[in-house]
Amino acid sequence: MKNNPVLRVCSKVLFAPIILYGLYVQFHGDYGPGGGFQAGVIIAAAFILYGMIFSLKNLKKVTPPSVVHALMGIGALIYGGVGVVAFLNGGEYLNYNYLAADYAKGQHWGIILVEFGVGLTVASTILGLFMAFAGFEFSDYKQRKRR
Amino acid sequence: MAAMLIDLTLVGFMLAIAVMIMFSHRLFAIIVMSGAYSLISAAMFVNLDAVDVAFTEAAVGAGFSTVLFLAAMAWLPAEEKRDKALVVLPLLICVVVGALLLWGVMALPPLGDPSAVVHHHVAPRYLAESYDKLHIPNVVTTVLASYRGFDTLGETIVIFTAGIGVLLILKGATGRQPSPIPHDDTEDTDEK
Repeated sequence: MKNNPVLRVCSKVLFAPIILYGLYVQFHGDYGPGGGFQAGVIIAAAFILYGMIFSLKNLKKVTPPSVVHALMGIGALIYGGVGVVAFLNGGEYLNYNYLAADYAKGQHWGIILVEFGVGLTVASTILGLFMAFAGFEFSDYKQRKRR
Repeated sequence: MAAMLIDLTLVGFMLAIAVMIMFSHRLFAIIVMSGAYSLISAAMFVNLDAVDVAFTEAAVGAGFSTVLFLAAMAWLPAEEKRDKALVVLPLLICVVVGALLLWGVMALPPLGDPSAVVHHHVAPRYLAESYDKLHIPNVVTTVLASYRGFDTLGETIVIFTAGIGVLLILKGATGRQPSPIPHDDTEDTDEK
């Protein structure tokens, strides 16, 4: 689809705003609608758009599958890690009140970190699934047929 | 009144799309129409003030799953096989389950009823604390990430596990890619 100028230009114009919107949804989740889940899917959607227009090969250059697979686990670990930090600070597991001296601040930190972990896991899982599905000899198969 | 009118229009659209999907046999059209169905239900969630759910529905239902279906479609014939089997039993099950669901819905309190049970358990405390004590205006985020932190941790782990599972099925534990279509390989060897 790279040779279609309309698709190429539109996806290039849209790519940055989609990511920016995803980050807004991610870090503005305390104040407006949204949060880690939503932000994760939006950011993954931007990369999927890129992969669909500029081929999977180029997408794999931008987001190497090994990195994406590692981020899946890292996101979940961030979430769990926040709980462990609260635990070490003397509170219950995932009790954000113990993350900072002021409990309201602790809640803010906890929620932002936890949402970040969720966003990371969701975005990388969806991206990883897309790459696995699309790379399922899908492109090879099409090329082979054309030959 | 206006919200009701919008809801009815959207439900009308969804019903029309569902009927069109039922009578269509071209897979591409079916996939695109199910994406449209998801998009319209996302609009309905906005109308119900559930913007968070609408985000997810629009991105996952209309975007991601449509893309996955399209990727999967490459391995299927373009036309659905016409099934001549008896459709009485599935129809009966659909009607019975639909009637049961409608019957269940009638027992629910009306939407937005302040005296409903769900609004009197822990919700008042969450609503009062989230803004006054924690200074977080979006109560959905507070409930999701803080009050119900364990649930969300579980959800994250579920997504992670599901992703790992699908990746393992698609790639195999060794990283070798199994061929999805057997005859594809034989074609290949013939060319050589």
